[in-house]
Parts: sequence; structure tokens; C-alpha cells
Amino acid sequence: MTEVLEQLGYQVDFPENQTCCGQPAFNSGYRAEARTVARHFLKTFEKSECIVVPSGSCTGMITHHFAELFHKEPETLARVHSLEQRVWEFSTFLTQVAGVEDVGARLERVVTFHDGCHALRELGVKDAPRKLLARVRGLELREMTPAEECCGFGGTFAVKFSELSGAMARTKIEAIERTGAATVVSVDPSCLMQIQGALARAGSGVGTMHLAEVLASR
Amino acid sequence: MTGEFDRKVHDTLVDAKLQLAVYTATARLKEKRIETVSSEALPDYQELRTQANAIKKHAIDNLDHYLEEFERNVVARGGKVVYCKDGSEVSDFVLGLARERAAHLIVKSKSMTTEEVDLNERLEHHGLESVETDLGEYILQLAHERPYHIVAPALHMTRYQVADLFERCLDVPQETVIEKQTALARTVLRQKFLAADIGISGANFLVADSGAVVIIENEGNARLTTTAPKIHIAVAGIEKVIPRAQDLATFLKLLARSATGQLLSVYTSFLAGPRRAGEIDGPDEFYVVLLDNGRTRLLPDKAKRQSLYCIRCGACLNTCPVYRKIGGHSFPWVYSGPIGAILTPQFMGVQHSPALPFASSLCGACGEVCPVKIDIPKILLELRSEVKKAETREKQNRLERLGFQGFAWLMTHPRIFEMVGRIGRSIGWPKSRRGPLGAWLSERELPPLPARSFREMWRRR
Repeated sequence: MTEVLEQLGYQVDFPENQTCCGQPAFNSGYRAEARTVARHFLKTFEKSECIVVPSGSCTGMITHHFAELFHKEPETLARVHSLEQRVWEFSTFLTQVAGVEDVGARLERVVTFHDGCHALRELGVKDAPRKLLARVRGLELREMTPAEECCGFGGTFAVKFSELSGAMARTKIEAIERTGAATVVSVDPSCLMQIQGALARAGSGVGTMHLAEVLASR
Repeated sequence: MTGEFDRKVHDTLVDAKLQLAVYTATARLKEKRIETVSSEALPDYQELRTQANAIKKHAIDNLDHYLEEFERNVVARGGKVVYCKDGSEVSDFVLGLARERAAHLIVKSKSMTTEEVDLNERLEHHGLESVETDLGEYILQLAHERPYHIVAPALHMTRYQVADLFERCLDVPQETVIEKQTALARTVLRQKFLAADIGISGANFLVADSGAVVIIENEGNARLTTTAPKIHIAVAGIEKVIPRAQDLATFLKLLARSATGQLLSVYTSFLAGPRRAGEIDGPDEFYVVLLDNGRTRLLPDKAKRQSLYCIRCGACLNTCPVYRKIGGHSFPWVYSGPIGAILTPQFMGVQHSPALPFASSLCGACGEVCPVKIDIPKILLELRSEVKKAETREKQNRLERLGFQGFAWLMTHPRIFEMVGRIGRSIGWPKSRRGPLGAWLSERELPPLPARSFREMWRRR
């Protein structure tokens, strides 16, 4: 991601104090713990101009749920609202802020794209990654059907209801394999971890790549 | 409940026939819905959802006002309104009326509200015969099962299973042609309609400004149930009230499309009061039972109150990747799918089904298709937080809490976080296959560990 951004002329900063947005605790019902982590995030990125996130799910946590965590703290809430304006999911940043679709990438491969649920439904990310992929030289995008169904990850859901989560993953990889693609691409690392793990377990030859890795290919 | 829930989930997942039946049936409903709400078919779909949400919000925020208006108008048309706190009050009322009128046979049309309070079982316990007349519900009554789905109650059964059931219960030869099965049920049920003393229905909407009960159906059995017997009792949750008849213009466009992908259901009946002088059909007596059964408990919470906007279309079930895998009977109460996952803990208390709000990948598909825009994922998250608060009070699940406290501590100490990562990468994934790691490995492989963290690569540049 940093390579792609730097090539576009952006100066990339990596605040080394960063850790997590707190979503695992928030989604598991531990709001006090999530608040602690979110506060750390707020402090770490207070001075950043644009915060580009290589995950739709983390972006959604920050832009949709931080406000819920701090609804009783007006001062923190004001900081949250200021932060929300500066947080961008990677593909959205490229198409909307940088205003590019062709980043000069080349990858000779047939790929399919997995819509992460939070990117798709919380952030409305649908066209941006597809526009970017369409401009990658040598790349062919084959859509899967159904495209918008969850891969079954869901954070702690994947281990609390592992059998169910695994069944959902199998339905997903069947859809992936039907496309004949060599690689499945997504903007969400957590979905990719689930899909990769399930593909490997099924002995499939299909690989996984984050959109940023595709766009950094030359 | 967790153990039983897990067991039912497992049993459903390993039943290949059931998986196929549920997946296929929900796919059909899901696709038909998508066709009928597409921007070509219904250009103002999103505006209708916003409007429906606004009407429901207004009605629920002013529930006392509209219930009183509804009652006044029912009474003005010669009907009666009975308020019931719970299932035993409903059955007491029906039993009392049946005794006074010497009634023995009841016909029923489809109603999730009566399922909530096990009305059939309560009535049969006191010697009344109560017969379901919706085909799916009739099949389930014979099979002694509860609805698998809010709209399509027997969605999980194949015609071959129905053939066996009819052969056994109705003493008829094996019949696997669906039309002929329907004709068989029709013959039996027609006699029941003609002999019934009381008809019990549910209600899709209660219209405050006209005192009307609106019932939407495809089979015509609800129309017979509510007009053939001398007494009609409509049982409805108090949240079913809407202010004006004209509001139906919004809801009728959304309900059938969301539920079954029809533009309009086959029958939409407006029932207001008993038969009047000069009318040729309709009951002599008309009652509306308004049931609370836990609904008022939801009112004080402004965030979760929207759960009461539900119009029971079932769209969230058909689109839910979890429901489509675990089916309706894994759920611990009559309401299944995403809406069941938020209604059950709220009606029965979070301790009744603490695992339920967690049995979701939070994919958000339910909220996306809800015609009245209930933010189901948000409510699931609220309920998760409530479950954890209850566990803390009861000193349960302490190891998990400790884990998340440790997580929060580690995530606010970046140097130690980095060190833990470095040590972790050098020793590799733990060999122990228990706990969350074991759960992960039961279905998937672990990702390979990178040689260096991003931090390290960043510093070396």
C-alpha cells in the first residue's frame, strides 16, 4: 500500500504507536475494552491528515462505531467526528481522493473479487476496487456468483461457531472456484485470512491477494 | 442453551438433504425479492423503505395514542378489544368465550403471534379442537413441529415427507404430486371451515383511523377463517398498529415483494367489525386481542425499540448466510433468522439465549434488505454488550473477559505489542490445538507467519 501511495506522490507516514482499532473487543460485546483501544487510536492518529486503511472492516469500525463508543463523552465525540472525515478505505482513497484508476500496475492473471461485507455494506465500496482492477495490465476480472455473500469470518464468530463459519467459507470458495480464477482479491485482510485458510484446507490451487498487492505488481 | 443450540446447528449442518432444501428454497425467495425491488421494477423502493420506517417510528413512539384510537374505532363498528399481558390471558379469554358459546371447533389462519404463546396447545389442553388452515401450518400441526420460517413455515419439508405424513395422519394413499396434496388438505379443511364455531386469525396491520384488521395471504384460508364461523378473534401484537389506512399504500408495496417476491399477495382483507345488517357474510362477533407478551419491555430503550417495526416479511431470513446454513429449528424460539436473533433475547431476556446475538458474522445483509430499515446488526452489537454485562454480574465467562482485558492492555502498549509479535514469529504457531486456535484449525489452515513485521520493514527502508 505504501508503495502504491508513494508512487502517486504521497508522503507516507507510519505512526509507530499504532496497534488496533478495537473492533475485536467491540464486536465481542466488550465495550469498555474497545473504548480503551479506540482512545489509543484517536491519540495516535490525531495529527494525521489522511488515514488510509488497508481494510474495509477497520475503516467501518472507525467511521461507524467509534461514535457509538463515545456518545456520552462530547469532547471525545468531537475528536471522533473530526477523525471520521480523514479516514479512508484504500480503494476509495485512490479513486476519490487521489482521483486515479490506473496506478500503472501489471499482473498477468485471471482474478475474482471478494466484497468484504463491511466494505460493501457499511462503506458502500463496490465500484472503486473494480475500476482499479480494470486498469491493471494483463489482468482479467471474473465476477463470482453470488458475489455479495459473506465468507463466514466475522471475527470471533469464526472460532465461536467454527463449524458454521467453515460451512459458510466452503460455499464461498465454491463460488470462487466456479470462476476459474487463479487468485481471489479483496480489500479486507481478515476475509482473505478466512478464504485462504479454507482454500488451503480444501487443497485448492487458488491463491489470495490484497488489492494493494495487485496494484503494487509491476 | 448454548449446548443445545450448538447441537442443533451441528445436526443441521451435517444433514445434506436439509441443507439443500433450505438453501434452494431461500435462494428462490431471495432472487424473486431482488427482481421485484430492482430499480427498474420499483424505482422508489428506497424512498418507500424510508417512509415505512418513518411511519413505524411514529406509530411506536405514539403507541398509546394509536392503540386507543384503534380501540375506539373497533368499538364504534360493533367489535371488542381485549388487552392481554401474555399467553395465559389469551387462552383464558378464548376458553371463556368458547365455554359461553358452547364452541368446540376452532379454525386458525397463520399467525406468528399465536405461535409465540403456543395457543393451539393451550386450547387443546382444555379439550378444544384447534385446526391450522394454512397449508404449511397444517402440515406442521400434523407433524407436531413449529414453523421453520416466518413466511414459509414448512420450507424445510419435501413433498415426499409430506406424502408420508399425510399417509400416516390422514389415512390416505401415498401422494407426491403437490397439487394433489393440496387438494387432499383442502378436502379435510373445507369440512372444518363449515363446522367451526370460532375462527382465530393473526393480523398484518391494525389500522387506527378505521378500526380495521388487515390480513394478507395467498391461500384464501384466512378469508374463510375470519368470515365463515360465527365468531372471529384476531390476535395481534400491540406493535401492529399503524395510524392511517393510507399508510398501507407504503406497506403493501413493500410486504409482498420483500416476503415472496410477489407484487401483491393474492388476498388482502380489511376486516372491520362483525357482519352488519344487509351483509351476506362475516361473523356475528368480532374481537381483537391485543397482546403484549414482552413488547412493552422494549419500549423504554430508544435504540432497540425499532425491533418492534418488524412486519414479519422474512426477507432477512432468506438473505442471511447463517439462517441458510442453520435453518429455522436451531433457533430457541418461534422467531428465527436475524429478526429472531434480536427479538428472542429482548422478549425472553438476554440470559434465555446468550449465544444467539453472537451467532452472526455481522455481514449486514439483513439490515440491507429490511423493508422497514431495522438496523439489525446494530441491535445485535447492543445485545452482545448486554450479554457481557450480565455475565460480569453473574461472574461467568471470566477467562474470556480476562482475555479481552489483556487485549486492551496490549493494544495500548505498542512496544510490548511489537515484542510479543517478534517472539511469536520466532517460535511459530503454538502446537496446542485447544481453544480458539483449535476451533480455527477444525475448519481452516493457519496463515503462514511472515519473517518480519511491517514495522521492521518500515524501519529498514
